[in-house]
Amino acid sequence: MKIVVLVKQVPDSGAERNLRAEDNTVDRASANNVINEMDEYALEEALRIQEAHGGSTVTVLTMGPERATESIRKALSMGPDGAVHVLDDALSGTDALGTSKVLAAALKRLEPDLVLCGAESTDARGQVLPHMLAERLGVAALTGARKLTVDGSQLTIERQTEEGYEVVTAATPAIVSVWDTINEPRYPSFKGIMAAKKKPVETLTLADLGVSADEAGWAGALTTVASHAKRPPRSAGVKVTDDGEGGTKLVEFLVSEKFV
Amino acid sequence: MTDFGLSEEHRELRETVRRFALDKVAPVIGEYYERHEFPYELIQQMGAMGLFGLPFPAEFGGMDGDYLALCIALEELARVDSSVAITLEAAISLGAMPIHRFGTAEQKAKWLPPLVHGEALAGFGLTEATSGSDAGDIRTTATLSDDGQEWIINGGKTFITNSGTRITSLVTVTALTGPDETSSIIVPSGTPGFKVAPGYSKVGWCASDTHELTFDNCRVPVGNLLGERGRGFAQFLSILDEGRVAIAALATGLAQGCVDESVRYAQQREAFGAPIGSYQAIQFMIAEMDTRAHTARLAWRDAAARLVGGQEFKRQAAIAKLHASTIAVDNARDATQIHGGYGFMNETPVARMWRDAKILEIGEGTSEIQKMVIARELGLR
Ligand SMILES: Cc1cc2nc3c(=O)[nH]c(=O)nc-3n(C[C@H](O)[C@H](O)[C@H](O)COP(=O)(O)OP(=O)(O)OC[C@H]3O[C@@H](n4cnc5c(N)ncnc54)[C@H](O)[C@@H]3O)c2cc1C
Repeated sequence: MKIVVLVKQVPDSGAERNLRAEDNTVDRASANNVINEMDEYALEEALRIQEAHGGSTVTVLTMGPERATESIRKALSMGPDGAVHVLDDALSGTDALGTSKVLAAALKRLEPDLVLCGAESTDARGQVLPHMLAERLGVAALTGARKLTVDGSQLTIERQTEEGYEVVTAATPAIVSVWDTINEPRYPSFKGIMAAKKKPVETLTLADLGVSADEAGWAGALTTVASHAKRPPRSAGVKVTDDGEGGTKLVEFLVSEKFV
Repeated sequence: MTDFGLSEEHRELRETVRRFALDKVAPVIGEYYERHEFPYELIQQMGAMGLFGLPFPAEFGGMDGDYLALCIALEELARVDSSVAITLEAAISLGAMPIHRFGTAEQKAKWLPPLVHGEALAGFGLTEATSGSDAGDIRTTATLSDDGQEWIINGGKTFITNSGTRITSLVTVTALTGPDETSSIIVPSGTPGFKVAPGYSKVGWCASDTHELTFDNCRVPVGNLLGERGRGFAQFLSILDEGRVAIAALATGLAQGCVDESVRYAQQREAFGAPIGSYQAIQFMIAEMDTRAHTARLAWRDAAARLVGGQEFKRQAAIAKLHASTIAVDNARDATQIHGGYGFMNETPVARMWRDAKILEIGEGTSEIQKMVIARELGLR
């Protein structure tokens, strides 16, 4: 089975993140950039499928600036066979729709049986990309998986919902997005770290993919962020004084907030 | 922290082990420690990460790394916890390394792969009730059976790390195989006559495994002799030289952990209307702790660079071990002081570091022994 895992470099969600004043985009230059956490789970899942099904290959696909090579190498140290890096100055400012166009073009070239990705990225949290890619590629979208079973060309996921889970099946080719409940990603071994340096990383430009520059970047963006503001500080909250009715009031509050 | 001498791969290894220590070890180790329980689950995860295979060749399932890689991993583990760090150190330096270095092809093929994967642990039994520093003065004997097919071992060993876990596969023991003749012999766990006493109640390293061993007409095949007969003493001396660099790295980690914890606490704890970290007395104490950790790191890195480069490193290893263990105790004392009463509570990480620091001046050669080695290397006899 040919598996491609989408890996995005994002600012570390554990540190303070900012939008840039001049264009309302995420400030990536000053941030500590890491692999989008959910993507590590997608990669782990791909590696487990590869280990269980002989003859499979796992390729990492990243769209991002030069410094994303750092994250690509980190991803490779976990064990995949190689990577493709879509790198082009014209990509700056690309929105979700443009990203899906570029990644779909790259995926058409790679012809995977299975595309695995995180259910969301921690910088934008749109959760739309897997659906857009499935639409553009004309393949099934199995999204929000907390469990994935592969039986030949048959895929079955447990789709995580707020109340429980749904069992959804599809045949390959397909795209599966995963939550962090699906597995426990491995730590790279020293052998993996050393091997990562020697693994092939193919760099592709928009021209290589047959996507014109005005379909991506600022030029191709259909959405723009008009303005942004810091999240307001937390409000004081509700104080319940117990005058004998404290218990009832607490329950009423929990009901009003839909906790019970 | 300085990165001098570290390749990109070594730096990445350091980051990976750091992440593992913070994410997986830090949240759970306190409870294992309190219960004096061996953390099998963490050891299994360390095995899956390949840590037990760091300095061994791929042929046996190892990582094809070097001794520097091992020391980096030990420093980062000990920065958070010493019990898992010493388990790894002893498993490699004392357990698997002698077999790798002195074993026959057959012995290596049989014992190394599970050890290198961290699925099994091995110990090295040198110390006895009546001989530690003076390790040449052992009483345990091994005599050949009448048919010459077996060694019959009698005696005992004290304070042997990794000797009694449920995944311990063997202990290599030194024994007298003749007058003035010391040899090393592999004793598989479970061999009749090989008894493992319950674990000691230790002051520190409480989540590591240490036992007293007795050998009562314990018979092992003659082929379990490790290395040349009569070379046991020389073998363990060469093993200990390397081990000192590893212990120095581990001690540096503990010293650095004390700095980490103290900086954090000093910024958050207030007294007399200001964070205690704003008072010069505390600032200077932490500055000195950081200086000690830094110099200890320079010392072990230098010794490791010589070791890896095939140069003479005996003196530098002893210096690194002496210095790093001394400053680990100093830093642990100061970190506890900075934490006030909380520093005396077992649930505080620096309290664990305080308890774990002292043994570093004793195990794998006391500070006095290190000074003897240094003096001897300087030509003083
Ligand atoms: C937790 C733990 C784990 C251990 N793990 C192992 C293990 O896996 N394998 C193993 O073989 N051993 C192990 N040991 C034993 C350890 O290596 C010894 O305890 C150590 O070498 C000191 O020996 P000793 O306890 O007999 O002290 P002694 O040698 O009796 O020393 C007592 C004191 O006398 C000093 N002294 C001795 N000789 C001189 C001298 N000539 N000049 C000046 N001062 C001197 C010493 O420095 C020390 O201060 C372990 C010990 C502990 C506590």
